[in-house]
Amino acid sequence: MSGYLLSRSIQTVLTLLVMSVLVFAGLYLVGNPVDVLLSSTATPTERLEVIRSFGLDKPVWEQYWLFLTRALSGDLGNSFVFNQPALKLILNRMPATLELAFVALVIGLVFGIPLGVYAGLKPKSLVSKSVMTFSILGFSLPTFWIGLVMVMLFSVQLGWLPASGRGDTVPVFGVPVSLFTLDGLSHLLLPALNLALFKISLIIRLTRAGVIETMQLDFVRFARAKGLPERRIVTVHVLKNTLIPLITVIGLELGSLIAFAVVTETIFAWPGMGKLIIDAIAVLDRPVILAYLMITVVMFSVINLLVDILYSIVDPRVRLEGNS
Amino acid sequence: MTRDTNTAGSIHVGGADVRAPRSRSPFRQVISALLHDKLALVGILLVLVFILAAVLAPLIAPQNPYDLSQLDILDGRLPPGSQSMNGMVYLIGTDHQGRDLLSAILYGLRTSILVGISSAAIALVIGASIGLMSAYAGGRLDAFLMRVVDIQLSFPAILIALIFLAILGQGVDKIILALIVTQWAYYARTIRGSALVERKRAYVDAARSMALPDRRILFRHILPNCLPPLIVVATMRVAYAIMLEATLSFLGIGLPVTEPSLGLLISNGFEYLLSGDYWISFFPGLILLLLIVAINLIGDSLRDILNPRREG
Repeated sequence: MSGYLLSRSIQTVLTLLVMSVLVFAGLYLVGNPVDVLLSSTATPTERLEVIRSFGLDKPVWEQYWLFLTRALSGDLGNSFVFNQPALKLILNRMPATLELAFVALVIGLVFGIPLGVYAGLKPKSLVSKSVMTFSILGFSLPTFWIGLVMVMLFSVQLGWLPASGRGDTVPVFGVPVSLFTLDGLSHLLLPALNLALFKISLIIRLTRAGVIETMQLDFVRFARAKGLPERRIVTVHVLKNTLIPLITVIGLELGSLIAFAVVTETIFAWPGMGKLIIDAIAVLDRPVILAYLMITVVMFSVINLLVDILYSIVDPRVRLEGNS
Repeated sequence: MTRDTNTAGSIHVGGADVRAPRSRSPFRQVISALLHDKLALVGILLVLVFILAAVLAPLIAPQNPYDLSQLDILDGRLPPGSQSMNGMVYLIGTDHQGRDLLSAILYGLRTSILVGISSAAIALVIGASIGLMSAYAGGRLDAFLMRVVDIQLSFPAILIALIFLAILGQGVDKIILALIVTQWAYYARTIRGSALVERKRAYVDAARSMALPDRRILFRHILPNCLPPLIVVATMRVAYAIMLEATLSFLGIGLPVTEPSLGLLISNGFEYLLSGDYWISFFPGLILLLLIVAINLIGDSLRDILNPRREG
């Protein structure tokens, strides 16, 4: 187990290093952030001063080395635009994104699993067929477009729910959460639903496939032969064997929800880190782009690691290996 | 060519194969099975219509939306069915620059389909070559390549594309490149999986014992038998690439304003949505949705046809 953790940590650090070198070199090649930082009326001396103050006059490897040594002490540089530590900027925005992603995941599971189980148990029924048609639709609906349609319908036409912003939040252990106020919830509902739509379809399909596969296994036949009631077979035996593989998927999907929150946050003006990165890309705010990348790599590695560990706990047949 | 009788040979075409024993090429069988699936047929027809519309856009579009001399800013944001000063009817309205939305959609469709198909095709060639090589070489190279694939696939495609475009900037070539980078790994993993199975089959041993060169065995014997799952993945990936491109363009980091795809059209309308001018975003989105649904319907049906184990 400890060998496994070690090798995974090394892999994460390597990924971080490779990614940071690639992105750093890439951003360096793209162009000079000075052009973005300065107004067009700046004099050449002002220009030189700005270049020096951001350390942009040094050779690229030296800039990278500076970035790396500072990063190790937790300093990912100051945002060119906000003149604040990039790390702090992102961490401040992270709770909003995580909240959105979690709520979307819960919505996905609450709708996806029951519908998927039903479609798996009665694949020929009309309800199952409509569920599956819905899931193709959910797969094909571009998230951003359905978000716009939602705004159009529920905010502009019907006026039921607010179209943008986060609403009131309540601090929970110092972190602002909008789940516990009515205003916060009403702001959260549309974006979360928007983000969840794709996941509902995905979970439906995976659950259905799992149920169909499990129902054909010998132990189900054996349980039937033993005279167990069908409900017990489904809720205990089949469900357990279907849901365990879903854990991996849920972990990966949480990651993808966090990434896709970029889109939903843009539509609903949700003040999360996705909106931040889009704005940063538009003005080539290098430190923020790099910091966002570093944080997401760490976040994803942690999620994947947790999923693997959890999986090995619930399914003892899976052994975690240190070297593979 | 040595051909194994695995997937393609076991297709049942519900009565259609009674009278056609001569044309049993796997390709024909798949096509005929596709045509017998009603949903897939709808998908194929829709895709054909879209491709035709995209190719013929300059001929059938009521106006060239990027020829400024044909535009009149006074016609901006007209609702569907309005008539312009010069008597032209805007069937589904105009955008904020007074462009006929129908024409803009036809031209946008061109860009979307071009980006989707070319990126998926190039990613397929690259990914399939790497996957095939990885499976055939085995050992350390295989372990290394698959670790790279694993790591890349643990990051959502949109994130990788985002970072890539942050570096590269905007442009059709750049977005195609970004989409290739995000997609090759799917193909590599898919083909490696099936190539590992195929490699152990008797026909490969036979080919080896005939002392055929490795390259020939790989590309003429193993590759054709790995195609069915690859085709399914490719179909779904084209749809995904089109959707991803639209999403990135919507976010303002995909295509430049001079080469609008459907995603950019939707993005243009976003500002006017809150004031009630729904059509600028709605109609390009509807076309995008139909295009993606159509491709996915074909992909779904192909998966059922090419995978005989799966029922229902």
